[in-house]
Amino acid sequence: MKSTLAVVLSIATVVLIGIAWYQSGASEQHELRAAATPEQAVRLLLSQIRARDFDGAYARLANRADVDKDSFVHEFSGSHGSLLTYANLESYDVWGLHSGDEQAMVRAKLHYSTAVGPLDDIRDMKVEKHGDTWKVQWPVNPAPKLPPQVIPVNYLRWDVINRGAEDDWGVQNVDSPQVRILSMNAIQRPDSVVLVGEAVNEDSVPAYVNVGATLLDHDQRELAQESSFDNISHTLLPKQVTPYRIDFPDMRLERIKSVRMDVKALLVSASADPVIAVNQQKLETDPLGKKVLSGELLNESGEIVNIPHVIAAYYDSNGKVIWVSDGYVAQALLPEIPVPFAVDIPPDIAKNVHTYRVVVNHYDTHQA
Amino acid sequence: MSKTIPFLILVAAAWSARAADLHPPSEATAGNSISILTSGSGKATFYLIGPASVIKRQVQAGSDIAVDGDDLQNSGRYIAILCGSDGCGSSPFLVNPAAPNRLSLQVHPSRVPVASVNGISVVAFVFDNFHNLALRSPPVKFSILPKDEKPVSADRPVENGVAWVRLTSARKQGTTEIGAAIGHADEIRVVQQVAAEACNLRIHANRDKNGFLVETDPVRDCSGNPVPDGTVVSFTMSDAVGKTTVDVPIKRGVAKIAMPIKGRARISAASGVVTGNELEVGG
Repeated sequence: MKSTLAVVLSIATVVLIGIAWYQSGASEQHELRAAATPEQAVRLLLSQIRARDFDGAYARLANRADVDKDSFVHEFSGSHGSLLTYANLESYDVWGLHSGDEQAMVRAKLHYSTAVGPLDDIRDMKVEKHGDTWKVQWPVNPAPKLPPQVIPVNYLRWDVINRGAEDDWGVQNVDSPQVRILSMNAIQRPDSVVLVGEAVNEDSVPAYVNVGATLLDHDQRELAQESSFDNISHTLLPKQVTPYRIDFPDMRLERIKSVRMDVKALLVSASADPVIAVNQQKLETDPLGKKVLSGELLNESGEIVNIPHVIAAYYDSNGKVIWVSDGYVAQALLPEIPVPFAVDIPPDIAKNVHTYRVVVNHYDTHQA
Repeated sequence: MSKTIPFLILVAAAWSARAADLHPPSEATAGNSISILTSGSGKATFYLIGPASVIKRQVQAGSDIAVDGDDLQNSGRYIAILCGSDGCGSSPFLVNPAAPNRLSLQVHPSRVPVASVNGISVVAFVFDNFHNLALRSPPVKFSILPKDEKPVSADRPVENGVAWVRLTSARKQGTTEIGAAIGHADEIRVVQQVAAEACNLRIHANRDKNGFLVETDPVRDCSGNPVPDGTVVSFTMSDAVGKTTVDVPIKRGVAKIAMPIKGRARISAASGVVTGNELEVGG
């Protein structure tokens, strides 16, 4: 009886170790140690990156003599407090675009899990045959660097002195900023009701803004309550306009009689810096066939923006907001260095888009 | 609740018994001492039940009972009760607020656009030294003390302890002090009168080494006040490459941005809900 138990436990242990080994991607690496196809070469590279074996991945590049190792590592592990520094490569899909005897092009879709949710990245990789093995030819794009210089920044900064706890009842506080909802549009999506619109800070001081909404049924009872969460630019400078989006999952428009909007604004300390330009915006179809709004972000200040967050509002021909989409950018924004971005648009909405407007939210570690 | 019931019983007993008589003044002033005449003889217990306090004291019936001003700081209805060996007697009296000597001044909003008709609400709550709301009070003197201009003041009557006035903000931006005074109290609040919406927002563009430098004319409201620095002007440029948008805060009265432009481009600007002119450049 005792020996049977020992055998069962041993087998279970071996099985569990095997599962763990398989889950860690080691089996894949073992199988693909010698990449016999271009896809296998890319999978091997990505499996090593997923295991954070950057040395091993770098050693597998066909042109590692031309590729700076730190730059290669930073492409996947992030730098300057960017979103990728709070992310892990969870999985990837790999498929060939075209293949020859000596060269091939392989597309990889990388799925990261990040501190703010999933993030996808699509990369087209050139693969070359070296003897019997295929190796990835990593693009040699030396990261643009700004020459050492002083960038004078003298934008406004607002500080707030609030009423103290020991002050008398009669000592009034500084008023909250005046923020107004400019528009609201309720849209039925296949699995949800979405409220989109814009809000403006009408005041002469910065505001920390959040928009909430309560759906009421035909008997004026509350159906659901949600807020814009991160689908809004929370810190609004004077006269700045932000799009917002509020999602109500599993809701039907027919059930809703009215919507009660609630905009909350707090007086906060803020700076007018950094100014981020959104250049070369255009609606296009990405390599996977999805409709996207793409462009470039340019940080015009001298300070690094760690995690940029793009929020785009789309308008129909009547100027009505018909959709709001957002996306986090994996790279940090270094001064004067353009960084590309793209945010999705549902295809049924994309065909009605007449114009659009992009704002950039930013999260900086030194302000956290 | 457990303490209220014995008091009610005590008060009821006092009303019904009427054995020892008290003669307090029918009205007193908060913070002032009073003397209550009593009748009867022997040792008695004196109770004074006020709106926010109760005192109990052993006294000699038939002699005057001195009540210190400290025990009469809260205005309202008091009941004096005297219980002797032959029962209890009671008498109510009123304590009025003392002379107005404190103010709570509420001024809203703390920032107001210029030329807002009745845009500023000024409310003064009048109290005596003991925080009793002074229901009857002489008028409150409201003052406006603008910077670099002569102060203006006016009296407003107090109704139920409250006096108020609505003011129209000036046409010129800047801080102004709003004051209210009564007795020794003199409270001041600061209201910031800020420029209203931008008026006639105009942009112009000049070539620079990388494209165009697009700049607003000095941004002012319709009264001619410069819109405060930090106010955002949104520039939008469309050229052959795509569209560019930049939210630029006003600095030293103007907002400006360098835009690399390929081919012909249309540039426009907006601040909040105000839109400016449109430029066509390049070519």
